This record gives sequence, C-alpha cells and structure tokens, in this order.
Amino acid sequence: MAVATTHGHDEAHEHVPPFFQRWFNSTNHKDIGTLYLLFAFSAGIVGAFLSFGIRMEMEAPGLQYFSNPQTYNVFVTGHGLIMVFFMVMPALIGGFGNWFVPLMIGAPDMAFPRMNNISFWLTVAGFFSLVCSLFVEGAPGAVGAGTGWTVYPPLSTAGHPGPAVDFAIFALHLSGAGSILGAINFITTILNMRAPGMTLHKMPLFAWSMLVTAFLLLLSLPVLAGAITMLLTDRNFGTTFFDPAGGGDPILYQHLFWFFGHPEVYIMILPAFGIVSHIIATFSKKPVFGYLAMAYAMVAIGVVGFVVWAHHMYTVGLSLQTQSYFVFATMVIAVPTGVKIFSWIATMWGGSIRFTAAMHWAVGFVFLFTVGGVTGVILANAAVDRYLHDTYYVVAHFHYVLSLGAVFIIFAGVYYWFPKMTGRIIPEWAGKLHFWLAFIGANVLFFPMHFLGLAGMPRRYADYPEAFAGWHWVATMGGHIFALGMVVFVIGIVLAFRSKERAADNPWGEGATTLEWTLSSPPPFHQYETLPVIVDEPSHAH
Amino acid sequence: MARAQHGPSARSFRWPAAGLALAAVLGSATVAGAAGVGQPVPWQMDLQQPVTEVAREIYNFHHLLNWIMGAVVLFVLGLLIAVIVKFNERAQPTPSRTTHNTMLEVAWTIVPVLILVAIAIPSFRVLRAQLSDPKADLMVKVIGHAWYWSYEYPQDVGGFKFDANLIEGEDQVKSGQPKLLATDNEMVVPVNKIVKIQVTAADVMHSWALPSFGFKIDAIPGRLNQFWFKADREGVYHGQCSELCGQRHAYMPITVRVVSDAAFQAWTAEAKTKFAATGDGARFASAR
Repeated sequence: MAVATTHGHDEAHEHVPPFFQRWFNSTNHKDIGTLYLLFAFSAGIVGAFLSFGIRMEMEAPGLQYFSNPQTYNVFVTGHGLIMVFFMVMPALIGGFGNWFVPLMIGAPDMAFPRMNNISFWLTVAGFFSLVCSLFVEGAPGAVGAGTGWTVYPPLSTAGHPGPAVDFAIFALHLSGAGSILGAINFITTILNMRAPGMTLHKMPLFAWSMLVTAFLLLLSLPVLAGAITMLLTDRNFGTTFFDPAGGGDPILYQHLFWFFGHPEVYIMILPAFGIVSHIIATFSKKPVFGYLAMAYAMVAIGVVGFVVWAHHMYTVGLSLQTQSYFVFATMVIAVPTGVKIFSWIATMWGGSIRFTAAMHWAVGFVFLFTVGGVTGVILANAAVDRYLHDTYYVVAHFHYVLSLGAVFIIFAGVYYWFPKMTGRIIPEWAGKLHFWLAFIGANVLFFPMHFLGLAGMPRRYADYPEAFAGWHWVATMGGHIFALGMVVFVIGIVLAFRSKERAADNPWGEGATTLEWTLSSPPPFHQYETLPVIVDEPSHAH
Repeated sequence: MARAQHGPSARSFRWPAAGLALAAVLGSATVAGAAGVGQPVPWQMDLQQPVTEVAREIYNFHHLLNWIMGAVVLFVLGLLIAVIVKFNERAQPTPSRTTHNTMLEVAWTIVPVLILVAIAIPSFRVLRAQLSDPKADLMVKVIGHAWYWSYEYPQDVGGFKFDANLIEGEDQVKSGQPKLLATDNEMVVPVNKIVKIQVTAADVMHSWALPSFGFKIDAIPGRLNQFWFKADREGVYHGQCSELCGQRHAYMPITVRVVSDAAFQAWTAEAKTKFAATGDGARFASAR
C-alpha cells in the first residue's frame, strides 16, 4: 500500500489495568477483539455441537437420535442462529475488525471505546438469551424454537405458543443492538481516525471491507429489529401484522426479513474478502492487483446486495415481472464478485508465493468461494429455483459460501494474525494439516448435498426417504473429517502457547506492508502514541 | 415404484459399498430413466426425470447452466493451479510489481456480463413459460394442514374433498409404496390436461412441491396461490412439503397419480361416493 513510519511508541511504561477491570470493563480495542474471538470460539463450539447432532441424525433414514422431530428443528434453528450471529459475525467483525481496523489505519483505538465494550456484552447477553430459548417450551410439548433461523410466521407465532421464540427474538434484538453500535463505531473510526496521509484510497482493503460491512449493518439491522418487534407484538399483544385473520400477511415478514437477510450474507463475507486480500498480497510479496477495483467491487456488492432480497422468495407467488427483476438484479452481483476472484488470482500471478498455512486457507477459499458463487448464479434463476428452492442444493450453496467461505477465512485470519495478536507461533504443520482435513472434510460434507438437492431432498427434514441415504451417509463422514481438523486446530493453539518460541514483529517478511506489522508482537497495550505518517510511495502514484 | 428398486438400505451400507458408489452413480442415469420416475433413486446426482414440458425446460436449462458454471469453475481452478506451479517461491524468487492491466480488468468485467446475458435470455423464457396462465381443464384446490394435505375437486367433476395422510408403519410395508413419500389417498389427475391448482394453508405455511413436475408453490394462510402443470405421462409421482411447518414437516408427502381420461372419469365417480360418504369431505382419516 503505502510506506509508513512510526516513531517512539512507548512500550515500557504502559499501564495495564487489573484483571477484572481489564477484561470486564474493557475499553481497549485489542482486548475487546480478543474477547470477541474467544466468545466466537465458544459459541462456535455450541453451534458445532448442534450441527453434529444434525449430521448424526441424517446419517441414516429413520429417527435415530431425536425421538421428537421438533427437537431436530430446534437444533437446525439453533445451529443457524448461533453460527450467523454468534460465531461468524463476532469473529470477523467484532474480533478481527476490532483488533486490526485501528492498527491498520494507524489509530490509537476505536472512536468510542466504552460503546465498544457494551457492543460486546450485548452480544454475550444475546447469546445467553438464545441458549435460554433452547430450554423453555416453544411448540406445544417441546422445548426450543424450531422455526428455522428465518423465524417465519405463522410457525413462529401460532406454531410456537411457548416463550422460546420470545427468547430467540430477544437474542436477536440484543445482538442486533450490539452490532448496530459496533457499526457506528467502525464508521466513525474509519472516517475520522485514519493516520495523517492515509486517504480513503490508500486505506487497506480490510478497513474498506469493514467500512462497507458497517454500513450494511447500520442500514439492514434496524429492519430486522422492526420485523421481529412486530413478531413479538403479534405473539404477545394481539397485533396482526403477519396474521391474515386480522388483515396482516405472512409475506410482509418475509420481505422485511430478507431485506435484512440478504445484506446479512454480505455482512458475513465482505470482511472475509478484506482479510483474504491481505493474506494473498502478503504471501505473493506483491501489492493487491487492482486496488481501487477491489475496494469499489465491495461497495458495489454492498449496494446491489440491498435490492435482491426477494430471490429468497421465488415460490411465495410473486408476479412474473417481480421475479424477472430479482433474477436480473441478483445475477448482476456476480460481476463485482468475479472482479474480486480474478483480481486475487492476478495478485498471485507473477508473485513469489510462500505457501504458509494462512496462504493455504486463502487459496482454498478462492476456489471454494467460486464453487459456492456459481451455484448462487444457478439459484438466482427463478426458473430453476422453482425446483431447487428449499432443497439441500440451497444448503450446499450457502455452506460453500459461508462454511467454506467465511469460516475458512476466519481460520486464515487466525493463522495470519496469531503471531501478531499473541506474539506466539502456531506450528505451520498444524495449520496445514488442519487445512487439508478441513478442505477434504468440508467438500465431502457439502458437495454431495448438491446431489441430494437435485434429487429433490427438502431442507430441515429430520427423516427422509431411503433413496437419499447414500449421499447423507457420505456427508456425515465428511463432517467427521472436518471435526478431526478442529482437533488439530486446538492442538496447534496449545502448542503455540507451550512453545518458548516468540514471533518477530513482522514474521511474514517484505510482503506484509500494512501498519500492524510495524508494531511489536503482540502490540503494546496502547499503540501509536505518536501517529504514524503515511508517505506517498512512488510506485503507487501512477 | 416397488420397494425393490431402492437397493440396499442405508443401515446395511458400509465402507465396501462406498467403493461401489461410483458404479452406482454411473448407473443412476439409466435407473432414473426407467424405474425412478416420480421419486428419487439411490445415489441420484441429477434432477428427477421430468414429466411436464415446464419440468423438461427446467431440466435442460439446468444442464446448460451446469456446463457454463462447470467451465467457469474449471477455468478458475486452472488459473489457481497455474499460479501454484509457476509462481511459488522456488519457481519465481523475485515477484513482479504489476498491479494494473486495464485490458484484463475490462475483460474480466465484460466477459462475465456477456455470460450472464447468455444465461438471462433462456432464463426469462423458461420463467415466462412457468408463470403463463393457460386455460385450465381441471382446477383442484390444495390446502396445507399441520401435517397433511387436503384436496378439493370442483362441482363439474363431482365436488368432493379428501385428506391425504402419510402411509407409515405396517401400512407402508404392506402397501409396497416408498417410505415417507406415499399417501393413503392420492390426488388423481388426467394425463395431457392442464391442471391448475390453487394452494393455501389452514394453519402455518407449507409448500406443495413435485420435483418431476418442476413445481413448487408455497401454501400460505390468507393467500391463494395458483400454479399449473400438464403431465404428459401416466404414473405415480411423489413430492414432499417444502416449507418448514413444525414437528411433522417431513411426514406430509404429496402423491399425484396421473391417469388416462377414462380412468379419471371412473375415479371421480368412485371418489364422489367414497368421500361424500364421509360427510361433505370431512376428515375420514385421523390426522395428527
């Protein structure tokens, strides 16, 4: 990007508050980032446990582990909500965003440190509300909310008289409020606190991705909050926003939900786009190819992402004109996404690539995201979606872009930034072994789901006809391989903390040009007491 | 449609069988061609055999998309392999500093646009065909309940209604019908006739889906959705509820029997007496 100079940060005399003050009343962006990462990991374990339940049940037809299929629906719902709101978002936005946006733009901290703290604890409170919902009655005679992460009425109103859905709604309210505050914080920080000389067009792509993500959060989450508040009053106060008996319409909820829900999928993947750009540039020892196109492709994805929501609703009975519009608008998104894929490859082209663990994950991501992207183009066509909607094909598609997209980059980010965050080194072999197990496992897990969807297997089924047994069995075996990879991940982290080896300030060499690598590893408690100054690099100003 | 076509059950499925998976996959195309019409077959990798014009268009359009998208994935994979082989540290010790190439950047913007236009043209054509509104030969009202479907036939064919519940347990084994796909009463329609169905739901949302007809339409309380099909092959076709509707979402399948005109006449005559006898179409089978 640009050459930066830092001067005289004072590492020796910093005041680190005592334990409780430091971790429970934290106002330090790095500590809050660490809290978010630890929280995301913990919530991820719960989400993974739920998916393990799903995969075990789906291994064979019939009901093996769930005597009541409603409990299976609760597992599916919990898995979706936890992975979206309490694993991917906290890890990418709260975790890496908090840690590295200030470091990369040369800011001492986030703009509103105390608000940063409440953002985190609201997310934790939301998670506890969601966990509570698993243990109180939802549908008659069964605990938990089995509505799917979309919480569609009337299933979430008339179908779930118990308080479980209320708890789930509160969980979304709390974490949503936390995310909105976080978004305000990121926008303010990025727009006002960049180091002298760092114009928006010199800002690292991860900061760009977080800026776009923050705007998507700020504009979409209030719509979700409104929709689920209407759901809450429908449930408890006799309103009929979504109840046809009182003049309401369940489809209104779907429009509101997906007006949030579609930008939400970009909220989960854009930060990953930012991170993967840095990893690829660092290890190719080349600047990012087509920097401005990369930045504005994310802006374009963000903008167009707001006008494509009804492609989740092709089967609700939309008119020909409406469906045609949403087909067209959705396919447009493939263009900026293609720009990003090709620019990543062009960044590597001509480079001198060092295949570290982080680079394995990044290259794996580019391929798997392409696979998930092209199935997205297929699903964008309402004509074909008529068949594939609500089948396992859709499950395969969104796990390719999220589970093999966003999640792969969460791991890539861990392997890339772990030395910077902790000053310790995860053995490269562990990161690579983890990658290969995850890559093979996730493909064996999710690729057969395309076949299941094509054969007609509907989503969210606890039990299925015997014809689907074969591919489900294969998928479950893939899940085991993926789980094995997680064991290697944990071993790698443990080894890093047991080893006496310490990371250099910049362990990745000449390719790592962003500001965080100019600091010590781990960075001082307060960095940039003298702001770094960004000077023009001749090669950049052409 | 007999059980025998289902091959080994999943419970008996073990590693050695996995080795045979490929063979089964290769075989599945031919199996689907003959026996698997109207329901999935083990190790199926493709769409179900289409039996309406609309489903055939979906089938062909999906194949076109698969080829295009497969080419895109292979192209990206090829580039990645080239990068891995040619530009690793050992092969290329000094990196280039190239960060711009206007021609390339324009190309990788324009070419995807052209591909998408090429996709959009047939896409809109198939979509228009699906959502066209031809004159109906038969109208059937379908109502989704938790957790079964009910069907209402209009006065001109007899004016009766009935519920269709999953056949399970002993009954399923005795019937020889596929597990979780067959219902006690079937929706019967004439072959080569335009059948329009109007769909709604009584409690929560459901979705009436029939893969081999290329058909899926949500059943929504307070709304009457309409869709049509024209099956050109006699037989029994199975589908499953495709919108999460609670505990027994997986247990409310859809069975449609497509018969000749004469057989349809005979069926309506019989149905009229059979279902009327249960009291104006009230439930005759206990629904959970």
